[in-house]
Amino acid sequence: MPDITTETVAHLANLARIGLTPEEIEKLTGELGVILDSIAKVQEVATDDIPATSHPIPLSNVYRPDVPGVTLTTEQALAGAPEHDGSRFTVSAILGEEQ
Amino acid sequence: MNVPDVTASAAAGGDLIRLTASELASKLAAGEVSSVEVTQAHLDRIAAVDGDIHAFLHISEAALETAAKVDAKRAAGHPLSELAGVPIAIKDVLCTIDMPSTSGSKILEGWVPPYDATVVAKLREADLVPLGKTNMDEFAMGSSTEHSAYGPTRNPWDRTRIPGGSGGGSAAAVAAFEAPLALGSDTGGSIRQPGAVTGTVGVKPTYGGVSRYGAIALASSLDQVGPVTRTVLDAALLHDVIGGHDPRDSTSLPDAWPSFASAARTGSLKGIKVGVVKELDAPGFQAGVQQRFHETLDLLASNGAEIVEVSAPHFDYAVAAYYLILPAEASSNLAKFDSVRFGLRVNPAGGGTVEDVMAATREAGFGDEVKRRIILGTYALSAGYYDAYYGSAQKVRTLIQRDFAAAFEQADVLVSPAAPTTAFRFGEKLADPLAMYLNDVTTIPANLAGIPGMSLPMGLAPEDGLPTGLQLMVPARADARLYSVGAAIESLLEARWGHTLISQAPAL
Repeated sequence: MPDITTETVAHLANLARIGLTPEEIEKLTGELGVILDSIAKVQEVATDDIPATSHPIPLSNVYRPDVPGVTLTTEQALAGAPEHDGSRFTVSAILGEEQ
Repeated sequence: MNVPDVTASAAAGGDLIRLTASELASKLAAGEVSSVEVTQAHLDRIAAVDGDIHAFLHISEAALETAAKVDAKRAAGHPLSELAGVPIAIKDVLCTIDMPSTSGSKILEGWVPPYDATVVAKLREADLVPLGKTNMDEFAMGSSTEHSAYGPTRNPWDRTRIPGGSGGGSAAAVAAFEAPLALGSDTGGSIRQPGAVTGTVGVKPTYGGVSRYGAIALASSLDQVGPVTRTVLDAALLHDVIGGHDPRDSTSLPDAWPSFASAARTGSLKGIKVGVVKELDAPGFQAGVQQRFHETLDLLASNGAEIVEVSAPHFDYAVAAYYLILPAEASSNLAKFDSVRFGLRVNPAGGGTVEDVMAATREAGFGDEVKRRIILGTYALSAGYYDAYYGSAQKVRTLIQRDFAAAFEQADVLVSPAAPTTAFRFGEKLADPLAMYLNDVTTIPANLAGIPGMSLPMGLAPEDGLPTGLQLMVPARADARLYSVGAAIESLLEARWGHTLISQAPAL
């Protein structure tokens, strides 16, 4: 199993879009190492002949009649937004200046 | 107009809060008491004790008005559901259109959803009276409520100790007589473990048995909403209200369900084979928990049940599998908290792109445990590690389902302690995430397999005088058996004690 380094944690935090301080990265690196050592034991019994289970009681082809129902109004949908212009969510620039 | 006798009505209020939901329902139906009186009694109790217990994050301003409407309906002769007019507390993980729904997180502070969770809508249709929203570990990640962004809930039995988690608020509200009923959610034990450590009853229904539409998702292949109460019958009555198919939840089972209240009322142990899961009767458990567990087994054996030992060898891998599957699913579910559509937004100094805003928002809005699990889940799902971790955990899930299938060939109901210890002290496990995770060892297997489980009071541990819980597990879709067997065990234990366990809780 690969060691968890501060670089790994910083990379994961970036993927997960969570800002972390250097102190938090340091702390998490230690904690994740311990947790992963403990949970890696799943590999002991997960042999090739065992199928994976993703849902405990799987349902397939869950359909409903295609009829219009009650939906949120624009006002309701925007009501909890940090910022909006009355008809759309407002966000800061998607792309950086260099792009 | 008569001048109300304040002393008499305060005494009556004190009596009302001690009644079970079933007893309150009878008195309401008979016209002996009004929903306004019952609701006021509980609001008074909350005002008196919740500053100390901190079970609630928000108290409804509409409770008395709702109660008055139910009273008016009753007076007008409208047909009403059995629990009409009975107050209820709602875990903050559930969306409520008239109250903030934060899931215990700063990132959703003050957020009022534009719709009700289906279970909340069902409560309203059945004329129950929502009292407020209960505290929980942030996004239901924890076993103690110490991970709530709004401070922990205290255990009514000992206020230096945790009330369990994540649903410690709901369990404490019911244990402290602040509400006769509450809703919880159980992903790895968040209904059952708080039930065990507060001397109350908690049920995790069959996966898909209760709608999750409007429940803020933690791990979608594990989460299930269920009842939190002081008696098995009350849990059954509440399950009857909230259960059933919901076209808005694509994992909701289309099954027709029997009346769980009928099952609870006709409880019996005659000819029932009770399987003791060897792996969950472990030497590492607290001695007093084990002692009460074995005494309970003896009681069942002398009252018509057959005790058999069953083995579920892969349960030893359940916690490990759970702490891969849960973080993986949580890291995906919590991606929706992106500062765009709801909740907090933090703009970093000097501006930045929307991605910088997201990172700053999630840094400020999520607590340590949430960050820890999102990072862990991101790792488990990342390229190169997916098969080794998440894939292996899913295979363990298959093995655990097979263990349950084999065990249910030998037994009608499986039993174990509902939690390995009584309530631990605040701070005891906070610095060691792994120790906190291991507290769920007894409850996690049922979530991985999707089967229903119940925790009910099993007596006080001799060494610390704190509640212990008995867990029952039955096959998927056999929830009714939980209630019939659970009610029978409850009445045997109470007959032996000569009282209910909760009546022994210290006065607040």
